[in-house]
Amino acid sequence: MDWLESLNTAWHGLNANKMRSGLTMLGVIIGVAAVIALLSIGQGVQESITGSISGAGSNLLFVAPGSFQLGGVETPSGSAASLTYADAQAIADPRNVPDAAIVAPEFTMQTQVIFGSANINTKVTGITPEYLAAFGMEVDRGRFISESDVSGRGTVAVLGNDAARDLFGGFDPIGQKIKVSIPGAGGGRVSLTVVGILSPQGGSRFSDPDNAILVPITTAQTKIFDGRNAQGDAVVTSVNVVVTNEERVDEITDQINTLLLRRHGFKPGEEGDFSVVSQADLLATLTQVTNILVVFLGAIAAISLLVGGIGIMNIMLVSVTERTREIGLRKAMGARKVDILTQFLLEAIILSLAGGAIGIGLGVGIALLVEKSGMTNAIITSDAVLLAVSFSVAVGLFFGIYPANHAASLRPIEALRYE
Amino acid sequence: MIAIQNMTKVYGAGEAEVRALDGVSLEVVKGEWVAITGPSGSGKSTLMHIVGCLDSPTSGAYWLNGAEVSGMNDTELAAVRNREIGFVFQSFNLLSRVDALQQVMLPLQYQRGEKRLPRGERSKRAREMLGMVGLGDRTHHRPTELSGGQQQRVAIARALAQQPSILLADEPTGNLDSKSGAEVMEIFHRLHREQGLTVVMVTHDPKVAAQAQRVIHFQDGLIADPQTDAQQGFNQAQPKGGA
Repeated sequence: MDWLESLNTAWHGLNANKMRSGLTMLGVIIGVAAVIALLSIGQGVQESITGSISGAGSNLLFVAPGSFQLGGVETPSGSAASLTYADAQAIADPRNVPDAAIVAPEFTMQTQVIFGSANINTKVTGITPEYLAAFGMEVDRGRFISESDVSGRGTVAVLGNDAARDLFGGFDPIGQKIKVSIPGAGGGRVSLTVVGILSPQGGSRFSDPDNAILVPITTAQTKIFDGRNAQGDAVVTSVNVVVTNEERVDEITDQINTLLLRRHGFKPGEEGDFSVVSQADLLATLTQVTNILVVFLGAIAAISLLVGGIGIMNIMLVSVTERTREIGLRKAMGARKVDILTQFLLEAIILSLAGGAIGIGLGVGIALLVEKSGMTNAIITSDAVLLAVSFSVAVGLFFGIYPANHAASLRPIEALRYE
Repeated sequence: MIAIQNMTKVYGAGEAEVRALDGVSLEVVKGEWVAITGPSGSGKSTLMHIVGCLDSPTSGAYWLNGAEVSGMNDTELAAVRNREIGFVFQSFNLLSRVDALQQVMLPLQYQRGEKRLPRGERSKRAREMLGMVGLGDRTHHRPTELSGGQQQRVAIARALAQQPSILLADEPTGNLDSKSGAEVMEIFHRLHREQGLTVVMVTHDPKVAAQAQRVIHFQDGLIADPQTDAQQGFNQAQPKGGA
């Protein structure tokens, strides 16, 4: 038989039992589609998380109380109050850290914010005017928090774009008063006048500026929250430092470390009660986390592939009785072993390739649908496609040919009698 | 045409050993119609499968048209099955889900060498064959849409499609009612009479066996009274051989 004829025979073989052909193909389709969709989504999630961090700029350093270590956060008890406003001022002093371009301390805590019937639980961030430049924010309407607001503990607030919309809906918040609950104070509230609205920022999901409610840091520390430690010093929850030169981030980290160790009474080289983390460190940690996510999704994909493979195997092995009799008959009619194997090989190739193609289409479709739905973006890599298709094709070929090879080696009468 | 010498076929070993054929010698000449009868388990079907190259003997020699079949490999056997032998089974052995025309074309696609029909001529040949067995109007019917007798006629058309030199039939009427059986036997008669086809047929039915020129009776893996049978075969076959 020539190849064209074998192809014809294989096609007739598949066509004769559409149910079996369809189920075999389904195994390939599910395996391929699951792998492509899951790996694409995993890649997309990783990309969007790390992208949002690196979008904030790699010239940022965060100083936080407690010790922050790569791969996990460790917060010794009581140390949350270890970073003071005076520490922030010391970092801002050019004699201590000459390369710190902007130093923006903040005091952030969660509370209720109320306007009329709108009541949202959100973070209220106490800041200094430097905050605007540190995060590259812009004021859309009104004004930002000023030095005099900070020194006078002014009861004013600047809202992020989304926060303004959530609280006020359509109408103009400037000049309106919002109420902020004092946590743990039996229903006490502080009334704040909205003086400005920020432009939409988008991008950085990490600090979420669009949902920010910004108040003078002194107001946050004294009027809304209790921002003092046992010694009565004003504390901060973090100090954001913008450095002049990205390449010197490590040096500046050391400078800040040395300064704060000295100020907090530690010996140089000791582990302090604070930590200095750069954007790059955060990125590395997050990449580690998202890598786990990708591996996890990959494992699910691998299971799908395995299940798909078992599906293919089942159909092939279950149909072996019928196929063995067919093989016996074909041999009785004069088919050689090679004719039989060619037919079954071609059947398996047609099913695997057709299933693979449909699976790619389905997998890519799912990935694009997820992206369209806005959940996350999806990145389709050729690696995922190649892996999925080659595995499924290999399984399809093996289980297509292995039983056929066995049957084709029998004497025709044995194959014909096969039960 | 067919010559078998001292053939044995042994299944199992030791205590469970079954000697299905226990030293059978047999000759069938060209144009002869031979019926093989005998009780179940007498070895007649086993012999038939070996003659049809569907099974191999444990020992003994088998010549078919002067070629020694016993020593052939798989590929050579496939060629012999395709070129020389048409086999009709008791249970028809049609492919399910395939129409009658495709069934009959099946052996044609495995043809090799000079006898190989070009693809375009195969459906023509298959139609001729179906016409010959009286199923010219059933070419696109599947086995489930055909009666038992019709299925067996499709199987006969298939067995003859590649114009073999011998038609072997293993209980061809065994699964049929008497009317269908008679129709099938009529086809065998016609093929034998008009085309001089050599026919070897295994049957339980004495009425079917009686229609053959020579009856060989099997008992316990042996031909009962081989001398007489062989003699009878030659005597009857000689005049037919020239026809």
